[in-house]
Amino acid sequence: MKSLLLLSWLLFSGAALAVVEGHKYPFDNQHDTERFNQLAEDLRCPKCQNQNLADSNAPVARDMRDKVYELMQQGKSDDEVVGYMVDRYGDFVRYKPPMRLETFLLWFGPLILFALGLVLLIAVRPKSTQRQTATGSEPLTADEQAKLERLKAAAKPSSEESQKS
Amino acid sequence: MNRALLFIPLAVFFAMGVLFWIGIGKENKDVLPSPLIGKPFPEFAAQALESGTGVSADSLLGQPMLVNVWATWCPTCKAEHAFLNTLAEQGIRIIGINYKDDDFKAKQWLTAYGNPYEFNVSDPEGKLGLDLGVYGAPETFLVDGDGIIRAKHVGDLNPRVWEKLKPQFDAMQ
Repeated sequence: MKSLLLLSWLLFSGAALAVVEGHKYPFDNQHDTERFNQLAEDLRCPKCQNQNLADSNAPVARDMRDKVYELMQQGKSDDEVVGYMVDRYGDFVRYKPPMRLETFLLWFGPLILFALGLVLLIAVRPKSTQRQTATGSEPLTADEQAKLERLKAAAKPSSEESQKS
Repeated sequence: MNRALLFIPLAVFFAMGVLFWIGIGKENKDVLPSPLIGKPFPEFAAQALESGTGVSADSLLGQPMLVNVWATWCPTCKAEHAFLNTLAEQGIRIIGINYKDDDFKAKQWLTAYGNPYEFNVSDPEGKLGLDLGVYGAPETFLVDGDGIIRAKHVGDLNPRVWEKLKPQFDAMQ
């Protein structure tokens, strides 16, 4: 019961505010604090590539956090801060890649593939159902009917047996 | 005829597989492309490690050079140091950036292992490093005589790497 309760708490825990040394970056209002936390989560550490600036404790991530703070204190907007980092570290530091010609496939590739699959599905399916109804609606000839009855009779005992076993 | 269409997803799957397979082989996660290539060396105002005199981006102008980012806390920098000495002996101009380091330790290091640098920019807080997009020492930039960054290498310099960089370096002359 107790463990269940503890587990249920996990459901309510928001995204952990992971900014390391958060106390190092005091802001005089909540809005800027949130902006800072958001930026630190959106910017990627170039050294440890699966971490953002908030999570990473690499020296370079610390320097970059300091810089983000400094730029914010200078009154720079979020875009300007991100632009500053991109100018130095490249698009790599953004978790959200910009929409450009060379990133076209990245953004729309999955959509294109999905559309292709859909087109293919539509192109293939109706014909196969048509074929089914076509063969189904054709009446059997007398010969075919007789053969069918023969086969049914032959199959019956064995099928019952297999059902029993 | 419709049967043939059914094989298209399989064909697409294999085509993508081949594409990704090639992509995985090509990707080098440790080396990020630098947005600074083709751009002027960032402005800076710092002190030269050896003399303590002021240095700036203008101090670089003149001959093409290697700008090597290093620190005494960086083991790979030690590994490449002997090769830097060799390059300096060949007359290649090397400027050092002593990145997030202690001046005293750095001077000791240069006395102990030799000094291949024309001069070193002291960058104890890594400010110039940040402007250069440095994320791990050692890093080496190829900078031409006009102070334009032409190429960047992340990791140690060694004969094998130099074989690739040398044509680029010679092209700047």
